[in-house]
Amino acid sequence: MSLAVAVAAPPRRSIWRRGILSSRKGRIGFGILVGLLAVAVFAPLIAPHDPNAIDASRILAPPDLTHPFGSDALGRDVLSRVIYAYRVSLGVAVGSTLLAFLVGVPLGLYAGYHGGWVDTAIMRPIDMVLALPAMLLAVALIAVLGPGTNISAIAIAIIYMPILARVVRSSTLVVASQTYIEAARARGTSHRRIIASHVFPNAVGPAIVQATVLMGFALQIEAALSFLGLGAQPPTPSLGSMLADGRDVLTQAPWVEIFPGVAIAITVLAFNFFGDGLRLRLDPRGVAS
Amino acid sequence: MSAPAPLLALEHVHVGFATDEGVVSAVSDVSLAVNAGEIFGLVGESGCGKTTLAMAAMGLLPHSASVHGAVRFEGRDLVGLPEEDLRRLRGDRISMVFQDPMTSLDPAFPIGDQVAETIRAHRDVDKQQARARALELLAGVGIPEPERRYGDAPHRLSGGMRQRVVIATALANEPALLLADEPTTALDVTIQSQVLDLLRDLRARLRTTIVLITHDLGVIAQICDRVGVMYAGQLVEVAPVADIFRAPRHPYTQALLAALPSQQQEPGTLRVIPGRVPNLVTPPPGCRFAGRCPSVMDVCTTVPPLAHETDAHLIACWLSEATKRAGAPAGAAAGGAA
Repeated sequence: MSLAVAVAAPPRRSIWRRGILSSRKGRIGFGILVGLLAVAVFAPLIAPHDPNAIDASRILAPPDLTHPFGSDALGRDVLSRVIYAYRVSLGVAVGSTLLAFLVGVPLGLYAGYHGGWVDTAIMRPIDMVLALPAMLLAVALIAVLGPGTNISAIAIAIIYMPILARVVRSSTLVVASQTYIEAARARGTSHRRIIASHVFPNAVGPAIVQATVLMGFALQIEAALSFLGLGAQPPTPSLGSMLADGRDVLTQAPWVEIFPGVAIAITVLAFNFFGDGLRLRLDPRGVAS
Repeated sequence: MSAPAPLLALEHVHVGFATDEGVVSAVSDVSLAVNAGEIFGLVGESGCGKTTLAMAAMGLLPHSASVHGAVRFEGRDLVGLPEEDLRRLRGDRISMVFQDPMTSLDPAFPIGDQVAETIRAHRDVDKQQARARALELLAGVGIPEPERRYGDAPHRLSGGMRQRVVIATALANEPALLLADEPTTALDVTIQSQVLDLLRDLRARLRTTIVLITHDLGVIAQICDRVGVMYAGQLVEVAPVADIFRAPRHPYTQALLAALPSQQQEPGTLRVIPGRVPNLVTPPPGCRFAGRCPSVMDVCTTVPPLAHETDAHLIACWLSEATKRAGAPAGAAAGGAA
């Protein structure tokens, strides 16, 4: 029975629902992400303490019942800080990838569909950005624009935009050569409409998968930037800056380091699971395996 | 002579494709007139330029193609027309049906919307009106329960049903000219005859002129009024369909018909035309069939002009008196040099 389901192509419109529900990996990833998103959104309701409240009596206090993740070098509640840090880290990860998606996907579509000099004019500068090491580029951009969460989100978006543009361009090349695109032209459909309603829906799948996986990496980049002091600025907690705080007290109070680290690992893993689940649906080769 | 101006007139059309090996001469000096209301068959083997000719008429050739000559549609030359003007013609006055209905419908787009899109590209109607008209069209091409089918993705329809949708799309704005490029090749024989019946019925109902491109002589015999035979980019013979089958004049047409398997034939043997299609990057000067022609002569290195042997029967072969009369020997040097 399950074989028959796999063979029959699903109706295109329910692809999101099926993409999420059809594989266990996708379900797990989706479930964790929804949970984390809820944590980020409802942080003030969930957090047991003020994340920035300094308590001199609890400096590096180990985990106990009222402070399950312990306290850091300033006596702040690590659990509350992790919860608030999700706001920053998820916000930057999702926001930067969305920004990259919104800019990169139209560029890739346009370049792939029109080809020729349009393609060259769009893709060569993009290739140049792609040639630079991501982290170096981010640090350089922040050196110019100044540190902060918004700036690091923009820096990550600039790094990711070329990747998504490339992915969309290559899937667009395949789609644009299909007969149904030629048929749409033969019906007198305008280029703009062909791109929007025929090329985009058929070519965007791989970019969505890629964007999901990139969100996980974006979280890591944000953490790295904050770790280096270039992202979220104190006292705003970010998973990366918490790692930096924890490093100094690693031997005395490992909980300050471990909990944000585990939080990063779980989130990246969830993004990857979710991406894999989507890939199963959107990429035909994924279905076969 | 005093007949009304043809709906579609090709005048000395040449199409070349730039490739790494050189320019492929896909269509060479084709002149052809298609009259309003007729079903004109264009027959020839794969790669002989039939589809290229149709794409040239639609203005849909890729940038690598260069088109010379004139494609007159309703008196207007379409070659070199601005893209926006061509876009307005496509799907409105001229439509096209593609070979494979499995690939010519967008898999991510409900079938009804593909029909409605064609209407909205050319008519100032709102979504509801376009939908109502699309439903009418789907019913008109024999889709059962169009209301229920409207929102279906193409993969939920059989091949024959999909080709009906493609035809409904092509007819959405009641075009004057329908270019049908191998509309039945991808379909099995039963469905094939249904689609041909549908085309014939449409011609009767809407007076649509149809140019049917095919390599299948059986299809030509079933539905066409007149036939043009193409070989390696040249138009070699044009005649009413009965004449082509009864009295083919060009050696290629004769060979093509002789190659049709018949019941008298020894089982397991197929007659073939010896030799192979010339390389179109460096085509032979003159008649491109000369290399395979049983009656090849010295004069065949000069391009034979397409000439009226009778009022309705045109042929481009030096065996024909008409061609000899039309081809002034003085023009002989011109063809080879290019």
